[in-house]
Amino acid sequence: MNKTVNPNELKPADDVGPLYAARKKVYPQSVSGTFRRIKWGLMAFCLGVYYFLPFVRWNRGLGAPSQAVLIDLPNSRFYFFFIELWPQEVYYFTGLLIVAAVALFLMNSIGGRIWCGYLCPQTVWTDLFYAVERLIEGDRRERMKKDASTDPMKLERISEIVLKHSIWLLIAWWTGGAWVLYFNDAPTLVKELVTFQAPMIAYIWIGILTATTYLLAGYMREQVCTYMCPWPRIQAALTDEWALNVTYRYDRGEKRTSVKKAAELRALGQQVGDCVDCYQCVAVCPTGIDIRNGPQMECIQCGLCIDACDNVMTKIGRPKRLIGYDNDINIHRRQEGKAPIYRIVRARTIVYSAIIAAVGGIMIYTLATRSLLDVNVLHDRNPVAVKLSDGSIRNAYTVRLLNKSGYDRVIAIDAEGPVNSTVHVVGVDSVTPDRPMIVIPRDATSELRLLVTAPAENNPEKSIPVHFHVTDIGLGIVASATDNFVSP
Amino acid sequence: MTDHSSDIDSVSGKSTTGHEWDGIKELNTPLPRWWVITFYLTIVWAIGYWIVYPAWPLISSNTAGVFGYSSRADVAVELANLEKIRGDKMAALGTASLADIEKDPALLALARAKGKTVFGDNCAPCHGTGATGSKGYPNLNDDEWLWGGTLDQIMQTIQFGVRSGHAKTHEGQMLAFGKDGVLKGDEIVTVANYVRSLSGLSTRTGYDAAKGQKIFAENCAACHGDAGKGNQELGAPNLTDKIWLYGSDEASLIETISQGRGGVMPAWEGRLDPATIKAMAVYVHSLGGGK
Repeated sequence: MNKTVNPNELKPADDVGPLYAARKKVYPQSVSGTFRRIKWGLMAFCLGVYYFLPFVRWNRGLGAPSQAVLIDLPNSRFYFFFIELWPQEVYYFTGLLIVAAVALFLMNSIGGRIWCGYLCPQTVWTDLFYAVERLIEGDRRERMKKDASTDPMKLERISEIVLKHSIWLLIAWWTGGAWVLYFNDAPTLVKELVTFQAPMIAYIWIGILTATTYLLAGYMREQVCTYMCPWPRIQAALTDEWALNVTYRYDRGEKRTSVKKAAELRALGQQVGDCVDCYQCVAVCPTGIDIRNGPQMECIQCGLCIDACDNVMTKIGRPKRLIGYDNDINIHRRQEGKAPIYRIVRARTIVYSAIIAAVGGIMIYTLATRSLLDVNVLHDRNPVAVKLSDGSIRNAYTVRLLNKSGYDRVIAIDAEGPVNSTVHVVGVDSVTPDRPMIVIPRDATSELRLLVTAPAENNPEKSIPVHFHVTDIGLGIVASATDNFVSP
Repeated sequence: MTDHSSDIDSVSGKSTTGHEWDGIKELNTPLPRWWVITFYLTIVWAIGYWIVYPAWPLISSNTAGVFGYSSRADVAVELANLEKIRGDKMAALGTASLADIEKDPALLALARAKGKTVFGDNCAPCHGTGATGSKGYPNLNDDEWLWGGTLDQIMQTIQFGVRSGHAKTHEGQMLAFGKDGVLKGDEIVTVANYVRSLSGLSTRTGYDAAKGQKIFAENCAACHGDAGKGNQELGAPNLTDKIWLYGSDEASLIETISQGRGGVMPAWEGRLDPATIKAMAVYVHSLGGGK
């Protein structure tokens, strides 16, 4: 029998408190070095592509949009340089999403959170907003001091705050503005936007994206990565012991001492760690963590702590990369006096690369070989068949022709079904009555009503298949579809 | 009531409500201020709503509200807008000739779409949703036309109807040769078999073909023609083909000849606007049987 416990006797453990943790504002210090330069470069590239791509022109001929990348929602078309996709071809995006996801996994298995640290929009815009903040309000210490100050604000401080938020809002507004340019002809829309002639929906979207950019990059920052983003959790499940992550090499760093103490101990021939506990890695961290505590979910692996530590190591005359891209295997190997090994090629990376290659290959193949002429046939349901006065049987079909090319086509329609059957297209007086010829406009679907008549003596007893062939007279391209010919 | 504010929960530091279940106490967590303010604002909002929008039921109506809003008026506005949007296209339907409508893919699609809807509302009760008809109601998909199957003839039939009472309606009917005593019973049987023979159907054994032909020539040929090919001027059907409005078996034919036939189709002029009637004509013509 269980012992009855009086709940009042249960005392909570000392460390149990509210589950809510208030945010500690992060004041990343400026830093220079290899990874900072990589980040600046990637930021310039990514933002450059995002802001200016809508203005890139691409000649598709008269009457077609001349914007290289355009999502034309009213006309249901997606343009990407030489590719034009119709709504029924959105499955290409599925392929694109698979490639994107597996590329993320591949990056992760090679170099950890490369996406988070360098490429993610949240990181890029937050980095930009921090740069603005630093430029106006000063570096880490100054900003901390200003925020902590309880003195009444002076005009100078107020103007700083106003200026910072104005520039943030300007960047955010430009971000929202660039977004809508992907959905309409950019130069035209810019003109309409500044003269207030643009559709309301454009202003609404600019407003939404201005707000999200301003809030996410200006206020929420690392909280988005820590609390909102699912990737840190997924990433942790997908990593392995060989993946290189931004790592504090504790084999080299411990025990931490001051510069002076380290020199003294070294002079005595004692083993001393390289870490001098200067906290520079913590000061520069945009998520406010201490990398020396080991791999952490909050760490976006931007590599700025590597730069900070390298600068210190250079100053005190110790080897660089006390913090670097590394893994536990190599730390242990070095502790045992063995040389580190890096295994980029392993089962995981091979499988990921193979998936990317396979999906990419299939996409390129299907895109390159897709037909720009297509036909869909729908049999009339009511009535399925009509008996004519001479006893012949007529079936009616709705034929939808898709001309995805940038030019009009002259096509001929053949129906291969009941013996001696004839084909007629309603509303078309073709010069060749047995083989209707029709002009179908470029970049459009045309719907025709097609009648197939089987003479009385050739009436099929039961339903038989009919093959419809649509032939481009000029190019000889054929598109086919199959339906049934039914007798009443 | 006891004051529980002094009962402080050790973990959260908050006061409790004093409610306790098996030692578990309920924290006193008042509604957030913003929530309470929002709640009161919704009440204020609701009062404003009563005043400006229709809200309170009266005996036979309701309060109109100072905005004078009504959802019925909204519908009227929407319908007016729809007419405006369709205006150009429908105007094109009204001005283009029937043949031009059928040749222009965009106009044909519009006429077919409009025609199909209007057909479903007005014609389907007799002709069926697929325009396949039934006994006494012609199938409009086939190529047999009582009053002609060209675009113009179809339009005329829709406009003025058949035996509809309209001044321009199609007249002429199948007389009741038996009921009116013009033909005797055996003569009707004979001519019914003769009519069957015209389209190659089997005849009763011992039937006198020569007599049948004579009766036909004297009584039927005036409308149906000497060869029985019919006459669209009079709405007399072709008796030599495979399509029979009232059935081709002997019994049906005897009934037709004895009792006469004269189905009615209403005139649609005045009920449907001219553009709609044109769309209807094109739709029926495009079903497949149009000449």
